[in-house]
Amino acid sequence: MSSKSKPLFSSSLGKKLIMSLTGLFLCMFLLIHLIGNLQLFNNDAGYAFNKYAVFMTTFPPIKVVSYLLYASVIIHAIYALVLTLKNKSARPVGYNQSAGSANSKWNSRNMGILGTVLLVFIATHMSNFWWKYHNDQVPYIEYKTDLKTGQQLEVRELTANEFTVYSVQVENGIETVQARDLYKQVDFAFQSLPLVALYVIAMAALAFHLIHGFQSAFQTVGFNHKRYIGCIRTIGVWLFGVIIPVLFALMPLYFFFKG
Amino acid sequence: MNLTLKVWRQKNDKSTGQFVTIQAKDIADDMSFLEMLDIVNDDLTRKGEDPIYFDHDCREGICGMCSLVINGRAHGPNQGTTTCQLHMRSFHDGQTIVIEPWRAAAFPVLKDLAVDRTAFDRIQHAGGYVNINTGGVPDANTIAIPKVIADEAFESATCIGCGACVAACKNASAMLFVSAKVSQFALLPQGQTERYERAQAMVDQMDAEGFGNCTNTGACEAECPVGIKLTNIARLNREYLSAKVLSQRDIHA
Ligand code: SF4
Ligand code: FES
Repeated sequence: MSSKSKPLFSSSLGKKLIMSLTGLFLCMFLLIHLIGNLQLFNNDAGYAFNKYAVFMTTFPPIKVVSYLLYASVIIHAIYALVLTLKNKSARPVGYNQSAGSANSKWNSRNMGILGTVLLVFIATHMSNFWWKYHNDQVPYIEYKTDLKTGQQLEVRELTANEFTVYSVQVENGIETVQARDLYKQVDFAFQSLPLVALYVIAMAALAFHLIHGFQSAFQTVGFNHKRYIGCIRTIGVWLFGVIIPVLFALMPLYFFFKG
Repeated sequence: MNLTLKVWRQKNDKSTGQFVTIQAKDIADDMSFLEMLDIVNDDLTRKGEDPIYFDHDCREGICGMCSLVINGRAHGPNQGTTTCQLHMRSFHDGQTIVIEPWRAAAFPVLKDLAVDRTAFDRIQHAGGYVNINTGGVPDANTIAIPKVIADEAFESATCIGCGACVAACKNASAMLFVSAKVSQFALLPQGQTERYERAQAMVDQMDAEGFGNCTNTGACEAECPVGIKLTNIARLNREYLSAKVLSQRDIHA
C-alpha cells in the first residue's frame, strides 16, 4: 500500500462529503425557514412576519449563518456539477437498453434535474423577496397595538416619505411599529398564477430531492447505525419529503386563494 | 424456442462496434443463457463466421467471469443470479433479447461482449490484502471473533468481482465492490494493521481507474448476484473518512 494517499477533498469521497454536509445544512435551514414563515398564516396583517423579517436580517449571528447558507447553495450546486460531469465521463458509451426503474428509484437517478429546478426556483425566490427587501423595493406599514389587550388598533400603509427606519415606540400602553412590509410583497407576488405554479412545482421537486437526499447524506458520511437509521429514513421521507414541502407549497396557495 | 438476439459485436478494443441481429433457433427452456450462446456460436462457427466472444468460466455462479447486460439488466432479469445461472425459461418464444457488454470507461471492451476488468485487480493490489504470516492452520478459536462479525465479514467476502455493480450503476461507480473488499478485512482482527491505510489506498486506486461517484441509488445492491449490501458502502465511507479525519496513519512512512 502506498503510504501517501491523496488529500481528502481531491478524492471522490471527499467531494461527496461536501455534498452531504452542505445538503444537510440546507435541510436544517429549510426547517428554520419553514417555522419562521408559518407566521405568514397569522391573521395580523403581517405584524409578526414583518418583525421576524427584521430580526432575520439584522441579528448578527443570523447574518453570519446566512452567508454560510449562500455559500452552501453555491458549493452544493458546483460540486453537483463537477461530480455529474465525472460520472458522465465514467460511461462514455451508454447502453442501448437500460432498465433503470428495475433497480433504483426515479428520484435517486435524477437528483441533478430536481436540483436544477430548485436552483431556478431559488434564483426567482431571492429576486422576488430577498433582493426587493434588501433594496428598499417593498411597501411600508405602521401598526398600532394596544399592549394590554393585544388588540390591533390600526394598520396603515406608509408612504416612502413617512418611513425612515424600522422602529418600535410605546406610548401610554400603545405600541407603534413602523416596518418594511414584506408581508404585502408576499401577498402581492402570490397573486400571479404562473409564480404560484412555479412554487408548487418547485416544492414537489424539493420533496423528491429530499426523499433521496436526506438519507443519502447520512449514507455518505457513513452513518447507518442499526438503531437510528430507521428513524433517519422516516424523518427524510415524512418531514423533509412531505411535511416541509407541503407546508411551503400551502403559502403561495393561501395567498392566491385568499385574493 | 426461437429468439432474436441483438448482440454487440466489436472486433477489438480499438474498433467501434455495432449491434448485429442473430437468430437463435431451437433453444430449450432449461439451457442456461451461456449454453444458448454456445449453440448460437456453434451455428456461427459452422457457417464460417466469427463466434460471439463472451467471458465465462465456472458456469456455476462462483467465479464472477460471466457478464452481459441483457435487455438493460446486468446478468439478466432475475435477482441474485449471474448470467451462467440464468435460464432460458426466463424468456419466451419469439422474444428479442438485446445483449451488451458492461459499459464503463474503466472497463474497456476487448472484443464483442468481453470487457477488461483488470481495474478491479489493480484496486485489489492497492490494498485488498493483509501483511501477516499465515503460517500453518491455526487451532480453532485461537482468535475469538463474534459470530455476527464473522458472518458479516464472510458475507462481504462473497463478492465475486463480477462488476455487475459498476455495469448497473448510472455513474459506473465501483463503490459496492470496493466496499465489500474493504469490509471483509476491516471487520476482522487480521485486517487491523492496514485498516485505515487500506481504505485510502483502495479509494485512491478506484478514483484513478476512472470509476464514477456513488450517488446512493442502490442499483448495485439490486443487481449484485451475491447480495452485497449498501451497508458495506456506508462502512467504506466510514473507514475512509475516519482515516482522513480522525486517524490517518502512514505505516510505511
Ligand atoms: S459487489 Fe456484487 S456486483 Fe459488485 S463485483 Fe462484487 S459480486 Fe459483483
Ligand atoms: S461463469 Fe463463473 S460466475 Fe458465471
